Amino acid sequence: MKAKVHVTLKRGVLDPQGKAIGHALQSLGFDGVDDVRQGKFIELDLAETDRAAAQKAVESMCQKLLANTVIEDYRIELAD
Amino acid sequence: MSKQSLEPAVTVELAAEYGLSADEYQRMLEITGRTPSFTELGIFSVMWSEHCSYKSSKVWLKQLPTTAPHVICGPGENAGVIDIGDGQAAIFKMESHNHPSFIEPYQGAATGVGGILRDVFTMGARPIANMNALRFGSPEHPKTRHLISGVVAGIGGYGNCVGVPTVGGETNFHPSFNGNILVNAMTVGLADADKIFYSAAAGIGNPVVYVGSKTGRDGIHGATMASTEFTEDSEEKRPTVQVGDPFTEKLLIEACLELMATDAIVAIQDMGAAGLTSSSVEMAGKGELGIELTLDDVPQRETGMSPYEIMLSESQERMLIVLKPGREELAKAIFDKWELDFAVIGRVTDTGRLVLKMHGYTYCDLEVAPLVDRAPLYERPWEPTPPQADIDAASVPLPGPATEILHRLIGCPDLASRRWIWEQYDSQVGADTIALSGGDSGVVRVHGTNKALAITTDCTPRYCFADPVRGGAQAVAEAWRNLTAVGAKPLAITDNMNFGNPQKPRIMGQFAGCIQGMVDACTVLEFPVVSGNVSLYNETNGVGILPTPAIGGVGLLSDASLAVNIAFKAAGQAILLIGETKGHIGQSLYLREIHGREEGAPPPVDLAAEKRNGDFVRDLIGKRAVTACHDLSDGGLLVALAEMAMAGKLGAVIDVPAGTDEAGFLFGEDQGRYVVTTSDADAVVAGAKAAGVPVLRLGTTGGDALKLNGGDAISVGGLRTAHEAWLPEYMAGSLE
Repeated sequence: MKAKVHVTLKRGVLDPQGKAIGHALQSLGFDGVDDVRQGKFIELDLAETDRAAAQKAVESMCQKLLANTVIEDYRIELAD
Repeated sequence: MSKQSLEPAVTVELAAEYGLSADEYQRMLEITGRTPSFTELGIFSVMWSEHCSYKSSKVWLKQLPTTAPHVICGPGENAGVIDIGDGQAAIFKMESHNHPSFIEPYQGAATGVGGILRDVFTMGARPIANMNALRFGSPEHPKTRHLISGVVAGIGGYGNCVGVPTVGGETNFHPSFNGNILVNAMTVGLADADKIFYSAAAGIGNPVVYVGSKTGRDGIHGATMASTEFTEDSEEKRPTVQVGDPFTEKLLIEACLELMATDAIVAIQDMGAAGLTSSSVEMAGKGELGIELTLDDVPQRETGMSPYEIMLSESQERMLIVLKPGREELAKAIFDKWELDFAVIGRVTDTGRLVLKMHGYTYCDLEVAPLVDRAPLYERPWEPTPPQADIDAASVPLPGPATEILHRLIGCPDLASRRWIWEQYDSQVGADTIALSGGDSGVVRVHGTNKALAITTDCTPRYCFADPVRGGAQAVAEAWRNLTAVGAKPLAITDNMNFGNPQKPRIMGQFAGCIQGMVDACTVLEFPVVSGNVSLYNETNGVGILPTPAIGGVGLLSDASLAVNIAFKAAGQAILLIGETKGHIGQSLYLREIHGREEGAPPPVDLAAEKRNGDFVRDLIGKRAVTACHDLSDGGLLVALAEMAMAGKLGAVIDVPAGTDEAGFLFGEDQGRYVVTTSDADAVVAGAKAAGVPVLRLGTTGGDALKLNGGDAISVGGLRTAHEAWLPEYMAGSLE
């Protein structure tokens, strides 16, 4: 089973990298971009075949390593 | 729609949630003469927090000596300013970011560095060096490794990006810091003595300008958080963590310095803890004027922010400036060029009131003076710390050969090399760093001159816990000694007072004791306090930290080429010990690490002898009479000799005088001592005798081992391996 994890900064947390991207877009002439928020995308190939168990395992990975839950949120998508 | 309908109604219960006691609530009502608005409550709550008002510590801080002929500006401004000759001034301060660093170590430490940098360049200085003083919990505690790794990366991440070298610091471990680490950051800057900028607003009608980053909902109530104890669930109740952006800070430094080179600025203040609230209140308060702000004009990162949120936000990289009339265009052009936000958000008024408007409503209309002048001030009850017994060194003899004990000590967490930490810092950017971490002080050349500034941070918390008066004096004396040991004339200090809950008489007694010791030492050593910061409530579940009055000292070398370091230079040079050795073993690392006893009275500090010995050593360095110098501190004489040998990759032959107690002589932590090497021992000995300074010939440099009394020996390479191994192995997790 595959798991896709999206890790993004919590709403309201300053995103200097997003700010830099927005700025670069502007200087390249892409007008009309009001705000940019960036994050990271992690793809996991899991041996687990049970959906609930996989969800639980990835949750735990997110809590312990993949996301810094003090400033980041995460979203998990499972696919067979 | 009235403003009341937009904000919660203020009650004594709500005020209590925001940290105001019932008495403080009454005092607030007396000042306002009506029930304050929610925004006004927020302003009272942060201005009267421990962090902003110093309500528990002020009565004690007042006792510290703060003046000297070379002091241009003492405590009360953003940072202290001292004269370093030739029309130049050094501006410096140390500040804590303890609570945020515990919650989010990387960002907490990074924004701590950003905050202290702003305190210094707000006053017109270009930052030239950073230092830090870190205390972590026991290495065995499950959080310690994660906290070290985050804090060190955060300090490096921010400091390295802004282009200011981190030239030194100190790191200790102790279980009392398990739930409350200490992250104290210091910045030293350089300015022209006649171009110092202050924060007092002036000129009725002058524009009040906001510059830097946009305001978001970052760290709302950080100042209040720094004024309460942690409990188990406070890790869940945290506010939005502030995230630093060092590249914006770099732009802000350059933009501010460019604007400062014009004559456009009347007053300037950084937005630190309590953000726009404390900066506007301080500017208006110091100028004895009013300020009226239109919050709609504050650059905002998020939509729908309330006046309360805008005033309390602790978004980083922001400044508040009062400009001369008509200079808005000039200033705006500079901030536009550096791609920073610039907005005129208000005016200076003659009303003496802070008036805040948004969406056409008035959310705050408060008299400024009482926010500061009538802030609560407590003379908290305190009890003196009971003295601990002196411990006779003869009662704790060496359990084995001295070199084996040295081998164990040199690799223990408190003495092991900090290379893993300081190699993550850019210590060379600017190309003016003469001495960096690993020596007694960092030394940074004053760019374009022959002068250099020496900088150190110091404190021995276990001494302060055992005897606050001695510990406070020792912290100041050791900072003074560190600067002296590189050849610098110590000029002034900044203090960062980290303590537990001041409402406990025992903790307040530690505070009072440390202050007393600091007052004594600052007075005798002519080493005034020019800036500082207080961090209280460093407790978790009722357990307080060891009292830690961290001292940041700055000294001047009139000729940078005179600076010496700790490394043995060449074989065949005489090794001399300056200062008296009585063999004080109480609270020594030897006693703790080898005998497992953290007890006894800490070493007394004879301030007159400290001064006499230090002045003598500095004079020797000034005459180029010594080739290396190291002051003695944690671990005592043999540890200092080992550090000198490791730094110089050169051994030594040492004689322990007959009839002395080996444990006390080699590992005692008597104060006021230095080891020097020289090629003319007779001249140094004669000079010491004439100056009334105790001196002892210890031996001679040479070989590749440290040899005691001709027999017991340990190779310098072996020492180095033990010294360098611990921290990298610990951080890699390979010690389990």
